[in-house]
Amino acid sequence: MSLLGVGLLKGMVETARNFVGSYHDPSRLTTVQYPEERLAPKENARNFPFLVYDGADSERGLRCVACKICEKECPPQCIYIVLERDAKGKPQKHPKVFDIDISVCMSCQICVEVCPFDAIKMDTEFELSRADRFGGLLLRKPDLAKPNVHYHRLHPTEAAEVDARLAAEQAKAAAKAKPASPPPPKPAAPTIAPAA
Amino acid sequence: MANPLDQLFVLLKQWLVALLPVGLQPLLSMVLSAAAIIAVFASLFAVTTLLERKGLGRLQNRLGPNRTGPFGILQPLADGLKMLTKEDIVPEAADQVVHFLAPLVMVVPVLTAYAVLPMGRNMVAVDFDGGVLFFFAVGASTELSVFMAGWASRNKYSLLGAMRAIAQMISYEVPLVLASVTVVMTVGSLSLVRIVQSQSGYHWGWLARWHVFTPWGLAGLLLFLIAAAAECNRTPFDIPEGESEIIAGHLVEYSGFKYALFFLGEYLGMFAVSSLGISLFLGGWEAPVSFLTWIPSYVWFFGKLLGFISLFIWLRGTLPRLRTDQLMNFAWKFLLPMTLVNLVAAAGWHFSAGWSFPGALAWRWLFSAAVVGVPYLALGHALAGRVHLGPRSYRYAT
Repeated sequence: MSLLGVGLLKGMVETARNFVGSYHDPSRLTTVQYPEERLAPKENARNFPFLVYDGADSERGLRCVACKICEKECPPQCIYIVLERDAKGKPQKHPKVFDIDISVCMSCQICVEVCPFDAIKMDTEFELSRADRFGGLLLRKPDLAKPNVHYHRLHPTEAAEVDARLAAEQAKAAAKAKPASPPPPKPAAPTIAPAA
Repeated sequence: MANPLDQLFVLLKQWLVALLPVGLQPLLSMVLSAAAIIAVFASLFAVTTLLERKGLGRLQNRLGPNRTGPFGILQPLADGLKMLTKEDIVPEAADQVVHFLAPLVMVVPVLTAYAVLPMGRNMVAVDFDGGVLFFFAVGASTELSVFMAGWASRNKYSLLGAMRAIAQMISYEVPLVLASVTVVMTVGSLSLVRIVQSQSGYHWGWLARWHVFTPWGLAGLLLFLIAAAAECNRTPFDIPEGESEIIAGHLVEYSGFKYALFFLGEYLGMFAVSSLGISLFLGGWEAPVSFLTWIPSYVWFFGKLLGFISLFIWLRGTLPRLRTDQLMNFAWKFLLPMTLVNLVAAAGWHFSAGWSFPGALAWRWLFSAAVVGVPYLALGHALAGRVHLGPRSYRYAT
């Protein structure tokens, strides 16, 4: 037979222990004082997409070829792409406009999964508050383009796999195209360090 | 009486009142008492919100607010500014007048209840013969304000929340009053000043003659505390508000300053009912042991009040919220029988006061403790046996 009220007292002793313990044992504190302290970044963290570029030139080095697969697959339709064309109207395999409205983006990562060129990946930047909620949250191509080094810093394991696969594909393509003319400059060889 | 430090505020008031012509003196006396009560308890409310947030944080291994000023001591100011600057929205379909009056009906009667509470030697606004009765009569108007808030909002969730709150408050009003009646019965007076006076003097020259040092007094205080927690919607009985499940019950349609007034009323109610508990069972402003009587009486009173507040915060940091059926079962199947039994124990104690044979005190104790203790064990056993832990079964939903 258990005495009525004993469980209540046990609970109160537990919280009293927390109360006293939190003053002299900092390891009990479960929270982090955010702006000054931060938790170590997690490798699988993700929130909004960014565009990967190789080399030093954020414009020429973009892996994106403006195929618009991500634009079509995006469930909330937050991606807007315009293909670049030269003076004669010939497609250039390069995006003229690449916008992502992150106020619409739902961080589903479908764009990353469907991209055949490993050109779009997930960023972990979360301090995105802006004074202007329309223009400020519409990211343009220069905001989105980030070097491969950045990708390696965020998701090292995944980035290494992607680099190995791209290098293998390129080697295969080079071996096939050897009898003919030298390979075209794009896509450039993925390198971790900027070429400069 | 002679200690000027103990009578500091009484003398100050007398000096201020004497500055005015005789005709205006009673008016100034009343205004001063009211102003002091409002100022002291409103600032106690600010202090309590800070203590509560810091204390709850520590009870859950958090730091609590620490951004506003050193150690977050300006947090009440920040909270207040936030509340005052928020938009005050009144629903279009609401009954404008009643919606506006509900928070006032919450705060004003609670403030008037302080008039009869003695906060120190000679420190009571009105020495009213029916003090306890007045307190409960005025305290019951919070029920009215809750229902006004729920009804006037013209929102079915508001109304349901208000009905739930009313059911709870009326159920717990009964044990609250019955737990207090023991003291009234023993002392033979409804005046809180008289009740505190009856607890003056010291057993064996050092231990205070508080009612809590008797078996029925201890049981009465615990029952009173439980009922008081339910009466002022404190955890574990805070289902009327229930922030995490039913959002805010009757407060759904309130925002800004009116919401703050409800909060103020709730906290003032907690202080008032704690003060009543202190006056009834813990000797009001009396010192617990005879060699500490040099500490001013108001320090003792507010010290005890802070102790009660800490206890309520501690409970809030520990206990989960009850379900409505558990709440009602507890009130009617446990608290009500226990308070009735406690009345018998108090009556036995009162009528055995004349016993003079050797060991009479021990026998009185044994009798009174048995009258309370045996039903407690029996009820605890009987009620605990019916608890079914496990998945809940539904009648219609599958």
